[in-house]
Amino acid sequence: MDSSRHIAKHVANLPKSGIRDFFEIVSKMKDVISLGIGEPDFDTPWHIREAGIYALEKGKTHYTSNLGLIELRRAIGKYVEKNYSVSYAPENEVIITVGVSEALDLACRALINPGDKVMFHQPCYVSYSPSITLAHGIAVPVPTFAKDNFALTVEALRAAWQPGCKLLMLNLPCNPTGGTCDRAQIEAIAKFAVEKDLIVLSDEIYSELTFEGVHTSIASILGMKERTIFLHGFSKAFAMTGWRIGYACGPAALIEAMMKVHQYSMLCASIISQEAAIEALVRGEDGMKKMRDQYHRRRDFIVRRFNEIGLKCHLPRGSFYAFPDISKTGLNEKDFAVGLLQTEKVAMVPGTAFGENGNGFCRACFATSYEQLIEASNRIERHVQSLAAKK
Amino acid sequence: MNPVLKLLLEGGSLNTAQMAQVLNLSEAEVNRQLDDLKKQRVLLGWSPVLNLSDEEAGTVRAVIEVRITPERGGGFNRLAERISRFDEVESCYLMSGGYDLLVFVNGASLQRVAAFVSEKLSTVEGVLSTATHFMLRSYKEHGFLLEGKVEETERLKVAP
Repeated sequence: MDSSRHIAKHVANLPKSGIRDFFEIVSKMKDVISLGIGEPDFDTPWHIREAGIYALEKGKTHYTSNLGLIELRRAIGKYVEKNYSVSYAPENEVIITVGVSEALDLACRALINPGDKVMFHQPCYVSYSPSITLAHGIAVPVPTFAKDNFALTVEALRAAWQPGCKLLMLNLPCNPTGGTCDRAQIEAIAKFAVEKDLIVLSDEIYSELTFEGVHTSIASILGMKERTIFLHGFSKAFAMTGWRIGYACGPAALIEAMMKVHQYSMLCASIISQEAAIEALVRGEDGMKKMRDQYHRRRDFIVRRFNEIGLKCHLPRGSFYAFPDISKTGLNEKDFAVGLLQTEKVAMVPGTAFGENGNGFCRACFATSYEQLIEASNRIERHVQSLAAKK
Repeated sequence: MNPVLKLLLEGGSLNTAQMAQVLNLSEAEVNRQLDDLKKQRVLLGWSPVLNLSDEEAGTVRAVIEVRITPERGGGFNRLAERISRFDEVESCYLMSGGYDLLVFVNGASLQRVAAFVSEKLSTVEGVLSTATHFMLRSYKEHGFLLEGKVEETERLKVAP
């Protein structure tokens, strides 16, 4: 019996993640230097891990409230107010989720009616478009460009907008481009959102890793708090990817709606991760800044090397990704990435894994040691030179 | 802060050629900066962090609490510097609390260390008393864990 015929149409039609294909190839190879990961190379700082262990010792093994531990929500309220200049009531404007991924999914499911259109900038994180589709919405991609350092512009938003658009998803700084927007650009996007009556889902998971200028949250712009759901988590800044812990802040009515979906699907986030997250917020800032400084220096190195090699690379203002333009090699991003992997054993992710307009680019994560970055850049250089010699 | 120094403090083990690549300097420039740091006595030297078995190490380490008489004008400095000059002394710190100097000592055997304390250290004029604690086992040295195997944390090779 062909069991695939039982699969719901909208799931069956979901394209397979481009990253999966590439992962299959890489996982079969040995001694690969991988610039293909999307997480910090640091393990979670010990004091945070220890807080998780202590939570278990104390018998913290039960459900928490659906919204999450109130102590954690209070700590989040303080952290967000201090760092993003917008205040949320821990009692009813904050919900703890299983990573930002769940928060994003909750927001989609709570807000999208079938056929509602959702704008999001591309190239972008792999789950945006599928999250919209799974909530029966229609994905409306808005391109960002290397010439703008992959910042989202109002012109592009205006060009992509169509009647029926209800939501706008932002991810600034952005995975995979490292692009972000300065305050003036954020204000312009906010104005556009008000004009078009859009609710903004703002995924700011990389905001602590902003290297140039100051990160501005769109939620902090006057008039935006009531139409913004601020999404954040612990994975990147505190090196806690495996803990699966994130949160959403927003107007009480929207958080309540998200909580309904959350309580019937997830119930609550892991209590151990919640306890560890409190420790991260209360005492993790110094460690976080140390990691950020290291990413900053590694970024400067790898971006300089890409440009030396002749792969034009803009300076990513945030995140731990460089997004070099590989089109000069004469190959498309997939062939380039596969060739590089096979001849030099260096893994970079083809840009099209993050949307069609990632064509001609590859994503290189620089959250790895200097030794690895130096060796990887030397191998990439050799590969690019040998490609040029063949032309 | 000097960029070379910053890189050293990150704790990696890059050679000067690698440091030059990371910092976008010539190797000669990195060497020049290292020399400057030495001249300024900011960088005093290099010392490997080892995890040797007892036989390989062949040494005994002790921590000694030393009470001394401070002197008019110089306080504890003259005596502390004098004690620090012994080859057996690895490190020497002025401490707050119940004693004055904390002295880390290294010797070929327990007897040698004991002899150093009784014949040299405690006979220095101005030393009032010593309390010697022999180290039995190391768990962490200069930021490196010694005991237990270091688990290689598995990261996916490609992740979104």
